[in-house]
Order: sequence, then C-alpha cells, then structure tokens
Amino acid sequence: MSVDVSKVASTNGSTPATPQGPKAAGAIANWADERLGLGTAMKKNLRKVFPDHWSFMLGEIALWSFVVLLLTGTFLTLWFDPSMTEVYYNGSYDPLRGVHMSSAMASTLDISFDVRGGLLVRQMHHWAAAIFVASMMIHLMRVYFTGAFRKPRELNWVIGCLLLLLGTIEGFTGYSLPDDLLSGTGVRAADGFMKASPVVGTYMSFFIFGGEFPGDSIIPRFYMAHILLLPALILALIAAHMLLLVYHKHTQWPGPGRTEENVVGYPMLPVYMAKAGGFFFIVFGVIALMGGLFSINAVWKYGPYDPSKVTAGSQPDWYMGWPDGLLRIIPAWETHIWGITLSWNVMLPILVAPPLFLMILIALPFLEAWITGDKREHHLLQRPRDVPTRTAIMVALMTFYGLSWAAGGNDIIAIKMHLSINQITYFMRAAVFIGPVIAFIIARRWCISLQRHSDEKLLHGFESGVLVRSPEGAYAEKHLPLPESQAYAITARDRDPVPETDEEIDAMGLPARQTRIRKIRAKLARLFFADNVQKPTAAELHDAQHHAEHELHELDSQIEAGPNRHGPTEGH
Amino acid sequence: MRLLNRSAGRLSRHRRGPIAGVLVLLCGLLLTGGLYAALAPAQADDDADNAALVQEGRELFLVGCAFCHGQNGEGVLTQGGSQYGPALTDVGEAAVDFQVGTGRMPMAQPGSQAPRKEVVYTEEEIAALAAYVGSLGTGPTIPDGELYDPETVPEDEWNEYVVRGGQIFLANCTACHNFEGSGGAMPRGGYAPKIRDVDPKHIYEAMLTGPQSMDTFSDGNIPPDDKKAVIAYLTTLNEAPSYSGFTFGGLGPVSEGIIAWLVGLGGLVGFAVWIAAHTTRSSKKKDEAAA
Repeated sequence: MSVDVSKVASTNGSTPATPQGPKAAGAIANWADERLGLGTAMKKNLRKVFPDHWSFMLGEIALWSFVVLLLTGTFLTLWFDPSMTEVYYNGSYDPLRGVHMSSAMASTLDISFDVRGGLLVRQMHHWAAAIFVASMMIHLMRVYFTGAFRKPRELNWVIGCLLLLLGTIEGFTGYSLPDDLLSGTGVRAADGFMKASPVVGTYMSFFIFGGEFPGDSIIPRFYMAHILLLPALILALIAAHMLLLVYHKHTQWPGPGRTEENVVGYPMLPVYMAKAGGFFFIVFGVIALMGGLFSINAVWKYGPYDPSKVTAGSQPDWYMGWPDGLLRIIPAWETHIWGITLSWNVMLPILVAPPLFLMILIALPFLEAWITGDKREHHLLQRPRDVPTRTAIMVALMTFYGLSWAAGGNDIIAIKMHLSINQITYFMRAAVFIGPVIAFIIARRWCISLQRHSDEKLLHGFESGVLVRSPEGAYAEKHLPLPESQAYAITARDRDPVPETDEEIDAMGLPARQTRIRKIRAKLARLFFADNVQKPTAAELHDAQHHAEHELHELDSQIEAGPNRHGPTEGH
Repeated sequence: MRLLNRSAGRLSRHRRGPIAGVLVLLCGLLLTGGLYAALAPAQADDDADNAALVQEGRELFLVGCAFCHGQNGEGVLTQGGSQYGPALTDVGEAAVDFQVGTGRMPMAQPGSQAPRKEVVYTEEEIAALAAYVGSLGTGPTIPDGELYDPETVPEDEWNEYVVRGGQIFLANCTACHNFEGSGGAMPRGGYAPKIRDVDPKHIYEAMLTGPQSMDTFSDGNIPPDDKKAVIAYLTTLNEAPSYSGFTFGGLGPVSEGIIAWLVGLGGLVGFAVWIAAHTTRSSKKKDEAAA
C-alpha cells in the first residue's frame, strides 16, 4: 500500500514543523508588493464581498463580450484597409474576381478568404457585437425590474443607458465598414435620415460625408469613430460604471441576515475571480463557436456597394431594427411649405422616436423617485411583483419595442408565414399603440395577483400534498407553514406609503403653484400604488402562525389515529 | 484560272444584253420552285405532327385549364371585372412550359400568387399544352438547351460568365429575390420565390416571360448570353460550399438577430444560471459529504 505523503505531517510533534519553501506565485506577489505596495491597495478589494445570483451576471456577459470585441477587433485592424480607393478585386473568391470595388470591401474579402482564421475572427467580432448590445439590454431590464436603479444608483443607470446608445452607434459604424451592398444601403439610409432633419439636414450630410453621398471619406471617418473614438468612450464609461458598482456595493435579494447595511455573499478572491474569470472563457467560447459554425454577414454574397443595386432583406443589425420597423409602418406623411419638404415619415420614426425612447429610459429612476417621494437609499432588491406599476411600465416599453422590432422584419414575416406585407403593416400601425396599453394592464394585474398569492402563502402556508378527509366525508388539502427563510424574503419588503390626499395638501397652505404640483404628484402616486396588495401586519402573521401550529398539531393527531379514524373535527 | 476569268468575262459581256434580265428571273423562279418541291412535303409532315400535338393540347386544355382561362384561352373575368384567369392568347409556349413545368399551373385554389408545387402533367402533356397555347398567338417559344444550359459555357470562360452573371443578378434580381436567391416579399401577399436549385430552363423561361408579378426581361433587355451568365452565377451559388457556416435560410440580418438572441444570449444566460447554481465547492460530492 502506497502512502500519500502530502497528508503526512512533516513533524511528529517533538520537532517544529519545517516551513515549506516559498511558492513561485507567492514569491512574485511578494516581490511586487514590496515595490508597488499592492497589498495595501488590494487588501480591501480582493476580499470585497459580492452577492450571488444568476441575474447579477447579465452585465458580465456585456463586459466579456466587449473584451472579445476588443481582441477580435484588434486582429481585424491588421488587415482591414479603411479606404474608399477604387480597386479591382483580385483575391481568391472567384465569383467577384475582377469586380470594381472599394479597398475596404476588397480587404474585407481578403480577411474572409485569404487571411488565415480571418473569417472566423470576422464572424466572432460580428456575433460578439450582437451579443454585446443584447446583453446590455437584458442587464438593463434586470436592473429595472428589481429596482436596483434606485438611490444611490441613479447615475449608474444613466451611464448604462449611455453605454447602450454608444454600443448601438458603435455597432452601426462597424456594420458600415465593409462597404458591401447591405451596409452601403444602410449608409445611404443614414444619409437620407440626416437629410430629413429640417434646415440643417443637407449641411449635416455634406459635413459628415465630406460632400455629396457617398464621397470618399465616410469609410475612413467611420473607421476612426469605430476603432478609436467610440471604444475609448465606451471603455471610459464601463470603467465609471464598474467603479460606481464597487463604491455603491452590489445590491442583494432580501433574505435572513441581509439588510440595507450589509452585503452577504462571497469574496472577490478566490470565488468571483474564478466565477467571473471562468465566465469570460465561456463567453469567449460561445462566441467562438458561433463564429465558427454560424454565418453572419456573408459580404461576398452581397457584393460591393453600388447605388444602382439593392437586395431584398436589407435590414440593419438587430439593435437598429426597431426604428427601421417604425420607418416601415409609418404612413407617407409629408408637409410642403415655402418650397421645403418636411418628411414626417422619416423624421418621426428615426429622428424623434429613438432619442425620445432613450430620454424616457434615462428619466425612469428620477420619475419614479419623484412620484413615490422615496428619497431613501436602497440596497435590497424588490421582486418585480412587489412594484406592479413599475414592472408594467417596463413591460409596456418592451411591448412597444418588440412590436416595432417585428415590424422591421415585416418582409421576412410575410414570406415565412405566408401573410400579406400590407396587412402586417396595417396591424402594426395600430398594435404599436394598443399593444403597450394592453400589456401594461395585464402585467400590472398579474403582479397584483402574484402579490396576493405571496401573501396567501405566507398566511396559510404552502400546499403540502396531504389530503385529509373530514368526518362528513369532505376532502381538504393540508397547508404547511413556509420555511423561515422564504417567509423572511416575502416579508422583507416595505408596505407602500400612503399618498397625500388633496385635502391634506390644501391644509398645508402652500403657494398656489406648489399646491398644484403637489396635487399632480399625489395623484400620480395614488395611481402608482393603486390596488397593490400590502404585506400582512405582524398581528395577522402572528395569528396565522398560531393557526398553522394548531393545524399541524391536528394533522399529527390524525396521522397518529391512523387511516379511517378521525381526530377532533376541523374548525373551518 | 485564266480560262475561268476569260469565260466569266465573256458572260459578263452579255450582262446588259436584252435577254439577261429574263434569264436571271427564269433561273430564280426555277430555283425557288425546285427548292419548294424538294422541301414542301417534309414540312407538310411536320404540320400534321404539330396539328396532332395542338389537338392533344387542346383536349388537355379543355379539361385542366379552360375553367379559368376560357375555352379558347381568351381569359375569364370575374363579376367585379378583374381577371379570374388571364387570356393566354399571346403568352407563348415558354410561359406554359414554365408555369406547368414548375407545378404552378394548374392552381389548387385562387390566391394572390400561384405557389410552386408538385408537377401534375407529364413532359409530353406539357409539350402538348405548350403547343396548343403557342398556336393561339405570338409569344416566346421554349428556348433551346444551348441558350440556358450552363454546361455549354466553355470552361476557360466560366469564371468570366459567373462574375458577369453575379453583377447582372445583383442589379436586376436581388431587389426582389434576395442577395442569394432566398426570396422576398411583394405587396399584397405576393412574393418573389426562392430561386435556388431551380432548373436552368425554368430560370431562363421566367426571365423571358415574366410570370406573375415578375418583370419580363426580354432579349433586348438582358441578351440570351447574359441570361446564361446569371444562370451560371446561380449554379455557382448552389454548388459553392457554405464558407461561413449555417446560413439560417440566407435571409440576412433578421435571422442573424434571432440567432444572436436565442442561441447566443440564451446560451450565455443558461451558463450564468449554471455558474450561479454552483457554490464555492468544486464538486457536488464534496458538497454532499460536508452536508
């Protein structure tokens, strides 16, 4: 039998244990610490505690996919030639050999066909971009639904919204760089959008394109924005976003021992170093698999951009899809005054709707704080059901977004579902307005029902699955009290504040204007909290617990009595 | 040689003579008559064959087509005055060969567009139907194989054909049929069908006759050789491997967006749940042992 030496003590007790020689990693850390003072700087942060929940990792997907974007993007810059110099393609893709195109397009084809691993990296870059923006969006939804945007985190919410905007612009500039037929059509559309702005439109377009579309400077300019300006801004905002995260500390779900003053979880080192670090490799791996297996933006099929050509299925990447959808469904509204055409059909969906949507998004935390009058700090999250109006607002916004988004793919829906594109357009015109209202009402009532359900579980316990027959022959299912931790999580929420009545405001004797504003606010607050189910009072809970004990006792005696014999008859 | 020249010269001396015109006329008449005598009987045989084919086609037409297109292919109007079945008097044989040969005709039901489906007539029957409809008026005939068959392109010119065809395809076809021929939507429930893996003859005939909502690309618009180039390009698309992986129908950014969300983000959120479900313990066994 062999002996595992590592488990044998190096001392028998009579002689002191011999210290092991320093490990390599420890030696390096020590070397660095003695010269840079890292230990002091890191002591606090290495042991910083983060709470554990899968939904807290959605922002991490965005972070890691951004890292993948930086890595793959750097690779692509080595071969991409951001120039509109006109060349004849002479690479290995035969069906385009000898075709007249820009250097940008030719070098994109070279990356795809002649650079080793080029197509893989190009596709990884594109998939990572799609996932980057998507993960920012679901991260935003998580933060909103759980109330993590409340004081003191409002500014981090604003930074997040700006990141979403920058990510979208970054995506669009990248989509435009290859100068293929699809992206050229997109740039042409962008040129049209700029020109639709009243008075300054043409100037703006000439300024950006360096003359009339397409000119020969748009690709180099987009390239500068895409690889320098926007990534730098995004990096700076990500840094600010994460510093604020560390400064505010992470929010956590309520539970036993978790309060507004502490954070319960695991330390950064080693737990999150491993979890987050491992997650980076998973994100990288998933994107690499997608880049290797799934086609994205096969530019050789589109061919070079040529204003005389266009293709069916010309859509932007998904994150620009919803304004495109609005553009597709808006009626042809135009006004002609003083020899000027105002293209409402372009202005409203492209120049008005997206900035408005972003403003609403940014304003949400401030609006809610103003309506509820809640100026306290919050570090415990709320379940979406516990703030029904807030949840319903986001569901309504999502419904609007989703319907506009679907409208952006109206042609694909038409051919795949054998529908008329006209009927889809008519339906969407109404649905983008009616849909969010219906969704708001359903989501709100659904939340309230769930609140009621939580309260019932708290007061009457959960369904035990034990069926009991009473002496009269009636059957009833026994309920058992919730485990302490679950009951705690449900009761951790606050009862909603009671909004001021108009009489109370009148009685304050404020100046007329302030009274009016205060009344509007109170009215909104009443709407905000209307019909919410409040958590049970301590007395109700106590009664319920007492009742549950009694029932449990009764059940025990029934079980003891054995089948077909009955304990004391039931009270209710 | 000199002898020939001399005799020709002698003949030439009489070319302005009084009987020269009469003689030339006589020769011309004899030649025409002789040729007619030699060739006319054969043509009469062809006519008889063709008449039989037309008659066979007419019989098929009366059974399968006349309900919508009228007993003599004159078309049928609805009560509202719109077309129930259009007149077929000048559509030509190529149109019949395309519509019936791809299963679009006969239609199973009225609709915004006749979908491609299983072919119901045999090749002989289609030829008979084409002959009958062709006999009703003018219109393009069924093209010869050498016009459309990409196999007839000389090997050293193949790539030149493909490149030219690709550019013609992108300029004229992709606006409706999509950049790789996956199809696209048209107003009021119409659609430009998927045109991958379609018989070259049918692609050629479609360009020639402009079926349903499609434009007609006459030979003046796209010469036969360019049509063949487009077919060569589509053949290349069909035969080329998918360099970039699964294309999800080749529909462009919409399908890519769906994949990014469902596979990409869906998968990553799944991993997030998986990671969060595992605590600091490196394996479940240890966890259970500790419990």
